[in-house]
Amino acid sequence: MDIKIKIEKLKVAFGKNEILKGISADVFKNQITGFMGPAGSGKSTLISVINRMIDFEDHVAIAGKVYIDGEDILGEEIDDVQLRRRVGTVFAVPIPLPRSIFENVAYGPRLQGISDRIKIREIVRDSLKKAFLWDEVKDRMNTSALKLSGGQQQRLCLARTLALVPEIILLDEPCSGLDPISTAKIEEALDELKKDYTIILVSNNTKQIARITDFVSFFYMGDLIEYGPTERVFTNPSIKQTEDYIQGKFG
Amino acid sequence: MRINPRIVDAAAKVGLSGQAFFTVGILIVIVAIICVKGLPYVNMEFIVSSPEDMGRHGGIFSAIIGTGLLAFLSILFATPLGVGTAIFLTEYTKESAFTKMIRFGVESLAGIPSILYGLFGFIFFVIKLGMGWSLLAGVLTMTIMILPTIIRTSEEAIKSVPRNLRIVSYSLSATKWETVTKVVLPAAAPGILTGIMLSVGRAVGETAAVIFTMGSSLRLPTSLMDSGRTMAVHFYILAREGISMEKAYATALVLVFSILFINVIAYYIMNKVTSRYS
Repeated sequence: MDIKIKIEKLKVAFGKNEILKGISADVFKNQITGFMGPAGSGKSTLISVINRMIDFEDHVAIAGKVYIDGEDILGEEIDDVQLRRRVGTVFAVPIPLPRSIFENVAYGPRLQGISDRIKIREIVRDSLKKAFLWDEVKDRMNTSALKLSGGQQQRLCLARTLALVPEIILLDEPCSGLDPISTAKIEEALDELKKDYTIILVSNNTKQIARITDFVSFFYMGDLIEYGPTERVFTNPSIKQTEDYIQGKFG
Repeated sequence: MRINPRIVDAAAKVGLSGQAFFTVGILIVIVAIICVKGLPYVNMEFIVSSPEDMGRHGGIFSAIIGTGLLAFLSILFATPLGVGTAIFLTEYTKESAFTKMIRFGVESLAGIPSILYGLFGFIFFVIKLGMGWSLLAGVLTMTIMILPTIIRTSEEAIKSVPRNLRIVSYSLSATKWETVTKVVLPAAAPGILTGIMLSVGRAVGETAAVIFTMGSSLRLPTSLMDSGRTMAVHFYILAREGISMEKAYATALVLVFSILFINVIAYYIMNKVTSRYS
């Protein structure tokens, strides 16, 4: 398996508060990698380093390296806007832009300078299909995205990210506010998508992690406690803390 | 003894609705008086013909044009300046001593009486820069005068756009400028428009600052360097000099209804434009 993202001794601190205390891990291409751990363990912070959204936070100190395809993305010469075309993000709370369903998905492609109507329509349709939303919205593409249900909005956000044609998709607890049916649809979509993308899924839901990830890493208090193939970690965790977490003894 | 909360509740309802009716009532009385006193003298002829004999006869065509030009041009200058400043303060700077200083300056400018703006405009534009009493001097003075309002309301409107929308836009590979123009400004547009409409009201209703800078010529202004008269100034002079109270009230009536008209049109257009962004 090819390594897509290589994280080396990554440390992140907000002011004096150390959130990540020297993480090293490889994320493999075309796999779903889960980041699990209790709140405040640093998993979302790690996501925000990979997509460089952490640039928008104040008083951040970062040390260590993160490579995507061997390229150091924390380097000065990296264009963060270009990076975010390669690394798409879906956030915990679905946040549609206040415009139509169509325009939400078309937002990214238009920013990339694609103006051909037929091409845009094609991208929008394909992205919505991949996110398992097309059938539900194809007849009302011009209605406001804010009128969709929570589950639909989250799939719209996924479609919007897919429309960027990224290489990596980061999902930060994408199902935390969704009902089981919507969650199942998102999981179904992710399982299809891993053929073409490298996916990182942050989740507090250990069952979801067990269901759909290929690899899993367990974070606790800013440390990476355990990392390995999901099946192995869940059936035979090598560290007591991981076992306790999986069994729901804390979290 | 504790008063029954239901009675308090009922009393509050009566009290508050009384206050609301009182406020609206005053407005209605004012408009009614202007209508009663002015309506008999307003007709098409009054609107399309120019004043004669100091305004004792004829209409107010030149004053309508003067008002329109002054308001339109001041808004045209002040809006990009003011909205630009607001964007800079909210999106492009972190809170610092520098932004606090700018904000303090803006707040102070907003509190200055208009006659001081008029005096400044007179000394600087009319005398120092040699513009004379002219539409241009009036417009520049008015621009400075309404800037604080536009900056403050725009800033509030921009600040009230949820941070999440910006984050989403960035995550979809937008630059700061793209985020500002495609997400922030459309969401803030209704608030910004409110500031612009307040400014239109100020420009249209202003007398002191206008007399000092634009003068009060009754002729139709045909260039930026011409003096001219706005409806508010016309009304003021007609009433003050005792030239014609009938014409004064008729002017006031046209003034009130033109502000109403501008508001309706502006919000109609805004609804059309922003319906794409909801």
